[in-house]
Amino acid sequence: MSDADRDRANQGDGFERSVDRRALLISTGLTAMAAVSASVAGASTGFVERLLRTRFTELSPERKAEILADLEREYSERYARTVTVADTPPMDGVEFAYGLDIARCVGCRRCVYACVHENNQSRDPQIHWIRVLRMEKERGIELAESTAYYEPELVPEPDAFYLPVACQQCRNPACVKVCPVKATWQEPDGIVVIDSDWCIGCRCCMSACPYGARHFNWTEPTIPSAELNPDTHYLGNRPRPKGIVEKCTFCIHRTRKGRYPACVEICPVGARKFGNLLDETSEMRYLMREKRVFVLKEELNTRPRFYYFYAT
Amino acid sequence: MVQDIFSFVVGSARLALRGGRLYYAWLAVLGLLVVWGATAWWQQITQGLIVTNMRDQVSWAFYIGNFTFLVGVAAAAVMLVIPAYIYDWKPIKEIAIFGELLAVSAIVMCMLFVLVDVGRPDRAWHLMPFFGSLNLPSSLLGWDVLVLNAYLVLNVVIVGHLLFTGFHKRPYRRRFVVPLLLFSIPAAVGIHTVTAFVYAGVAARPFWNSAILAPRFLASAFCSGPAILLILFQILRRTTSIEIKNEAIWKIAELMAYAMFLNLFLFGAEIFREYYSNTHHLIHTQYLFSGIHGHRALVPFAWASLTASVIAFLLFLVPATRRNLVTLNLGCLLIYSGVYIEKGMALVIPGMTPDTLGEFYEYVPTLTEVRIGAGIFAIGFLVFTVLCKIAIPILQESEDPEEEELPQAEAALP
Amino acid sequence: MDTGGAGYREVKTVTNHDRQPQGEPGGDRLLPGSASLAVLLIVFIILSLLTLFSIMRGGTGHVASDAGGTKAFSPIDFPEIDFDRELMPEVADGGAADAEGTYLVRQSLAYEDYFPCTDCHAEMEVNRERRQLEEMHDDIELNHGPADRWCFDCHNPDDRDSLRLANGTLIGFDESYRLCGQCHGTIFRDWREGIHGRREGYWNGAKSYLLCAHCHNPHAPHFQAIEPLPPPVRPQFLRATAEEVHDE
Repeated sequence: MSDADRDRANQGDGFERSVDRRALLISTGLTAMAAVSASVAGASTGFVERLLRTRFTELSPERKAEILADLEREYSERYARTVTVADTPPMDGVEFAYGLDIARCVGCRRCVYACVHENNQSRDPQIHWIRVLRMEKERGIELAESTAYYEPELVPEPDAFYLPVACQQCRNPACVKVCPVKATWQEPDGIVVIDSDWCIGCRCCMSACPYGARHFNWTEPTIPSAELNPDTHYLGNRPRPKGIVEKCTFCIHRTRKGRYPACVEICPVGARKFGNLLDETSEMRYLMREKRVFVLKEELNTRPRFYYFYAT
Repeated sequence: MVQDIFSFVVGSARLALRGGRLYYAWLAVLGLLVVWGATAWWQQITQGLIVTNMRDQVSWAFYIGNFTFLVGVAAAAVMLVIPAYIYDWKPIKEIAIFGELLAVSAIVMCMLFVLVDVGRPDRAWHLMPFFGSLNLPSSLLGWDVLVLNAYLVLNVVIVGHLLFTGFHKRPYRRRFVVPLLLFSIPAAVGIHTVTAFVYAGVAARPFWNSAILAPRFLASAFCSGPAILLILFQILRRTTSIEIKNEAIWKIAELMAYAMFLNLFLFGAEIFREYYSNTHHLIHTQYLFSGIHGHRALVPFAWASLTASVIAFLLFLVPATRRNLVTLNLGCLLIYSGVYIEKGMALVIPGMTPDTLGEFYEYVPTLTEVRIGAGIFAIGFLVFTVLCKIAIPILQESEDPEEEELPQAEAALP
Repeated sequence: MDTGGAGYREVKTVTNHDRQPQGEPGGDRLLPGSASLAVLLIVFIILSLLTLFSIMRGGTGHVASDAGGTKAFSPIDFPEIDFDRELMPEVADGGAADAEGTYLVRQSLAYEDYFPCTDCHAEMEVNRERRQLEEMHDDIELNHGPADRWCFDCHNPDDRDSLRLANGTLIGFDESYRLCGQCHGTIFRDWREGIHGRREGYWNGAKSYLLCAHCHNPHAPHFQAIEPLPPPVRPQFLRATAEEVHDE
């Protein structure tokens, strides 16, 4: 260091060149931020190309159509089937609700496997969106004493009843609140959806969900090509990548076209009901009027759209 | 100006690269651990998080537990700042910078633990405001990302300025640094409160959903962070020529004693609420302390942690044992272990066991997770070592400004 | 108890004891704490490592080998179940656009068995005495309020191809719900509204129902227990079952 500099440095309060102070601050800050961003963002292929892409909901219709076409091409190639990926919007004047008759459910789990079949869930590692809990009649609904792994010869067992649980599509969803990247949100028709191309897999939503309804792809999901359901929706049952969260979407690819969800149609005892809550003539409104409905964990104020009832 | 920065960077690099055998041996060990961890991480990147033992039922575990603990360590740097600059207590002011260096290393480790925990690290840029879609004000993890980065930048700027001016033998700009240092106090409280809120806000997990979780986090952070520093200071003054007075150590220990009391008191309050009210939520605490249905994996750790914290508190409370370095160090290690278990295993795992549908899945980490964790800790140690290596000579020189700069720095190296 | 010795008491006046003089690292002023610190740290690290590796056991915990959830099944393992559920053509055509909603009932199972009954019963004498059947239809187990009911309370003795309501109206087997609904009125109402029993089709359009007799054997209506499908894989087996399939 030169003598002149040292003399200046020894004056009173330090050097006064504000340019240097600003430059120092900016350069240090930028270096730090660059280091942090680099370490956080990681290196990946297609980084620049994906950098240009924003969330699906914020894209223009043309860009969306492009992306859907790309996805259809990708899936069709991968599975050697003709796969369609739709972007069916919600219907006006529709708010879905679901009813489950626990007087009828026999715990046969056909809904579980129908859902797997319909929604392209990974076969290995296995993912099930619906979980049927076996409860003892004498204890009532007590989650800590329930089990999902019952395996009797025949169902229903005389001393047990069954409670299937899947995403409750809450009106006050905790999962939507905690997602740090807005990868999950509630659609106008009530379905809580996930954009599988935006989710970062942090699993905050899984912590926040009181119903254990969200499931993570711990590794690359696999579906044999012959078992794939080629009729898919972008926000629903299209093949998902690894490292992201998925869950029941009320069969969005079917219900937005008016069809019942797969679980409703396969239940052999007719325990599952589905419809438009805003339609007074719907079966959902009927059952709410005539049967007494309740929801799980109502003290958490999630206000689910999934109603359990007991029809004698 | 640019010339000054350039020479600072080059000079720092020189300082970092000059060292004795012990230094390089230490770096080599850390380097090996980093490689060991990085290869495990690569496995995780290619195969997915299935290489861990996390599953849907326990979806946050080893990585997030370590992250939570380390945020506390980073926040505890403030323990040194408060007395130094508020009370203008000289013995701590000289060494407060090490608290900042520890904070920087800890924050780096925190961010790495989050990076290895997310399923799609290649999408981490979604967390950026403006470029991505950071969900503020609603998502607490979003706030956490923001405040942790801000705290890192803050500490880097403070440390950078102090070292830069020290390197060039200029006094630091008080009007620049002191406000930042004062701001780092609420910032430190902020990062830990936000992290606590990530847990406390989750209504679905009654073990976490408690109003006193944030105060508990702060209290335990203020015990464990300085504990690390006390041990580091003793190592530093043994292996380098940096001066650290015993009074500084004892003052920090005294402050830690208050924090430990608060930690135990809040813990007691939580235990009272759980056992006396005896609602269904008690099941999580029972799982932790007495086991349920034969699931007892965490019980020995819970009791070990509690015992360690109580013994440490007593050791720090009694002035005689606080001043005796042997019992002091024992106390430090005990409280470190106690808080590490409390913030790691005894927070994240019981919160998720039993899960929301009543299932008990007993989680234990896999070797891959431990390797990655070890690698990250090694990176943190590496960062801290290198930063100290740069900082110590600079701090030495800034006390003796009339000597030559570089040769002095070299002489100061062990 | 202050075990620091003389060095600590001098701290207030002389500062040399707690600072390494420059240029003398590791000099003769070893503090009592240093060696013990090294020992403590080494013991601490060893204990931590031991603890860590002792808890990192693999294995599957407290699960019995024959307990449910140790194997992964998928829909393809149950070929007997139709997961695709083809809709009735009229319902599929009606679709969601059918505002009124086509409500169809699937064909009665009776039509697959002995129909038409008059093939045998047209010429046969009618025996209205309440008895246990022996020659034909002895495989029918009657357990539908057997104390109060037997065959001719529902079947029309004069024409076995039809069923007879209480007021004498004759209906076909494909309208058997009207007969059941006479006694099971609340269930009938629920069934009409879609709450009782399974329906397929469009929640806002055409649907198909099942007859009561499709699920409930009218002679012994109690719903029969069925074989459940297998439980989900337990989390501790998730990876093992995934790898199993990958290796095949």
